[in-house]
Amino acid sequence: MDCEQQLLAMSFCSHPSRLKLLRCVLRDAADMVGLTEEGSDAVVLAVNEACMNIIQHAYEMRPDGQIDLTIVQEPDALVFRVRDYADCVDIDKVCSRDLDDVRPGGLGVHLIGSLMDECGFLEPPADGGNLFQMKKFLKEQS
Amino acid sequence: MAFPVENKEGFSVVMLNGEIDLGNSPDARKVILNCLKKMKHVVVDLSAVDYIDSSGIASLVEGFQYARSNNLEFGLIGVSEAAMSVLKLARLDKVFEIHASLDERLKRGS
Repeated sequence: MDCEQQLLAMSFCSHPSRLKLLRCVLRDAADMVGLTEEGSDAVVLAVNEACMNIIQHAYEMRPDGQIDLTIVQEPDALVFRVRDYADCVDIDKVCSRDLDDVRPGGLGVHLIGSLMDECGFLEPPADGGNLFQMKKFLKEQS
Repeated sequence: MAFPVENKEGFSVVMLNGEIDLGNSPDARKVILNCLKKMKHVVVDLSAVDYIDSSGIASLVEGFQYARSNNLEFGLIGVSEAAMSVLKLARLDKVFEIHASLDERLKRGS
C-alpha cells in the first residue's frame, strides 16, 4: 500500500451510550490492520477519551451533537480523526494536568498523549467545529 | 444501571463489572458514595471490569477523596489487568490502597 486508505467514516450522536458501539468499531479496525492486543487496547481507550472530551466539553453533555470519526490506514500507521461541530476550542487551554494533583477528571488529554504515538488538533474545518487527529504506528504487528 | 453491593466482614464491597464509561460511570459514582455515607469501610471490586475510562477512574477518585475527607476506609480489590493498566497510566496505582482480594485486606488487619 503506497498511500493512505480510508477504512471507515461514520457519524454518531453525542450520547454517552454510543461510546460502547464506538469501541466495538475501533477494536475491529485495530484487529483488521493487525495491531497487537496492547495496541488495540491503547487505540480503543484513546479514541474513546477523545470522543468523551467532545461529549463533555464541546457539547457540554448535550446528546444531540454530531461526532464524525474517520479511520485511515497509512503504510505504517492507523490514523483516527474525530470532528465535532461545536465552538472552536482554545488549543492552548487543552493540556495535561499535573498527575500528582489527585482529583477526578482531567485525565483524558494525558491518556491520549500516553497511548497514541502522535496526536493534535488539525486546522479547524471551514464550516466550523474542531478536528482532532490521533495516530498509532503499526510497528508491532501480530 | 445499578452495580451490586455485598456486605462482608464489616465492609461494603461494590462490584463493578463490564465496561465502565461515561454512560454508566455516574451510576458507579453514586453507588460508591452511597456506600461511603453508610459504612466506614468500602472496597470496590474491579475483578470483573473489562474496560474503564477516565470517567470511571474519576468515580474511584471521588470515592477516595470523600473517604479521606471523612476519615473512612476506601480501597480497590481484585483489580483486573484492564483496570490496572489505566490506573498505572494515570499514576493512581500507588495512590489507592489495592489488595488482591477482601481476604487479603482482612489479613492486613485494621
